Amino acid sequence: MLISSARVDPDPSQTEGLTTTSPGKGDVVRDRLFRGATLCSSAAVFTLVLAIIVSLAVGASLALQKFGLGFVGSTQWNPVTETFGAAAPIYGTLVTALIAMLLGIPLSFGVALFITEVAPVWLKRPIGTAVELLAAVPSIIYGMWGLFVFAPWFADHLQPWMQAYLGPLPYVGALFQGPPMGIGMLSAGLILAVMVIPFITAVMRDVFATVPTELRESAYGLGATTWEVVRHVIVPYTRVGALGGIMLGLGRALGETMAVTFVIGNAQRISTSLFMPGNTISSALANEFNEAVGDTYTSSLLALGLILFTITFIVLAGARLLLGRIGGRV
Amino acid sequence: MTLYQRRRLTNLFALSLSVAATGLALSFLLWILWTLIVNGLPYLELHTFTANTPPPGARGGLANAIVGSLILTAGGVLIGAPLGILAGTYLSEFGRNSRLAALVRFVNDVLLSAPSIVIGVFVYEILVRRAGHFSAYAGSVALALIVIPIVVRTSEDMLRLVSDTMREAAAALGAPQWKVTTHIVYRAARPGILTGILLAIARVSGETAPLLFTALNNQFWSTRLDQPIANLPVVIFQFAMSPYDDWQHLAWAGALIITFSILILNIVARSFLRARVPRY
Repeated sequence: MLISSARVDPDPSQTEGLTTTSPGKGDVVRDRLFRGATLCSSAAVFTLVLAIIVSLAVGASLALQKFGLGFVGSTQWNPVTETFGAAAPIYGTLVTALIAMLLGIPLSFGVALFITEVAPVWLKRPIGTAVELLAAVPSIIYGMWGLFVFAPWFADHLQPWMQAYLGPLPYVGALFQGPPMGIGMLSAGLILAVMVIPFITAVMRDVFATVPTELRESAYGLGATTWEVVRHVIVPYTRVGALGGIMLGLGRALGETMAVTFVIGNAQRISTSLFMPGNTISSALANEFNEAVGDTYTSSLLALGLILFTITFIVLAGARLLLGRIGGRV
Repeated sequence: MTLYQRRRLTNLFALSLSVAATGLALSFLLWILWTLIVNGLPYLELHTFTANTPPPGARGGLANAIVGSLILTAGGVLIGAPLGILAGTYLSEFGRNSRLAALVRFVNDVLLSAPSIVIGVFVYEILVRRAGHFSAYAGSVALALIVIPIVVRTSEDMLRLVSDTMREAAAALGAPQWKVTTHIVYRAARPGILTGILLAIARVSGETAPLLFTALNNQFWSTRLDQPIANLPVVIFQFAMSPYDDWQHLAWAGALIITFSILILNIVARSFLRARVPRY
């Protein structure tokens, strides 16, 4: 901006045809071309996202016309009779993401707290990198580990304990019934919790670092303990930004595919117990899209994709809104 | 217990929880890496790198899948990185605080957080369905859609780190803006931009979901771009879910190869960034 405002804009009619004879004029053309190329690339990003929305909407239109709004509420998923409803995968998506958030948020907060406030300086970097590597492990690896290592361990050690101690409780007890198979919605949620830790931690670290040193030091100067500084200075100051980080993590958990596909058990039904197999939108797509026969079946899967994209879009927009506000303040 | 003691105890308790949370998070990383080493290392032989994926019961390797993965990733980066750098250049050098730039930034974030399976479905709809068959180039396009938002974001951030006085100094010497950007700003921001590309490579080389409906898989050696191509993530997925022992062993070997390559790429990219990013 600075430079373009300093430059005198030439008359376009004079520059045409003169590019080879006058180097100064050639630069004007090259400037235009370069600027045009960067602008086109930006437009391409915009067009791509628009194209994703349009193509999903067009593909989903058949199913949405046929089943109407009932598509979202129906638990029917029968390829033979060609009746489809999205309730079971939507339920699975939301429940697994909720479990991931319930466990992932406190863990991420603890890790971010450790890195910013507790760890000695020499330890901050290695620990920070190690946590970021959790995000680098491909999701299919989480899936394999989840199915072959975590699920059997979970079934042998944690699930019987949960059944014995959480099962008899009123209300919440119903969530912990059924055979301890290892796979199911709870396992999927637990693995998602591990997967969102690096994303939430990264944002929390960044926003914790935005607290002015004066605030921190004044609190310490008044005799506050580290925890009191965190509780009464850092958390209130960074609440909005941390919430933005949580939303980013939530977006990850909602859209995660391969890890969930391995461990959730892929059953098109809604069960009260979290031990039972279920399905999420992304795992339904991963399992069934290539095998889908017939226009209605394919269109219903595309409608699932559209719903997933819409949900993650809303979550991301919320995250941006919150993070944008803190960005303006810092 | 005095008030002072209680505050000290609360502090100790909270900070211990924070240490415990960190320990728990890192133990998952170690647990996963340990699992990969224990299950994958015994099957990592020379044969794994030279033979093609076998039919069940036969001895084989992952050569075609490794080469296929390299081709798909290279294609994705070749399509995605130039576009991403140019768009990042627009945001940093031309758009800056304009409304249009803010809109592009937001849309880029949407693409960045779009579930990768949705990107796979999208590329299936626009390329595979129209062509009538799965192909390597569809797989590369799907990966490019994941590369683009990462590169746009990091390029813009890195270009913005270059101080405006550098741009003004070059302009004052009479350099036109394209020259200022390509000869001065790009040069100063190069390590950062390269880091962004490396991180994007690391991210897409493990992506499975977008390849399921685009590149699919190929049991044989193929480097043709208009045909389905073997690739590590989908081979790992199919072999891991199979009931055959030797397929599962190959899946673990592949998982070990892919994970450690990505982790090394990540560490290299990060140390590269730390050492080379210019601070003005």
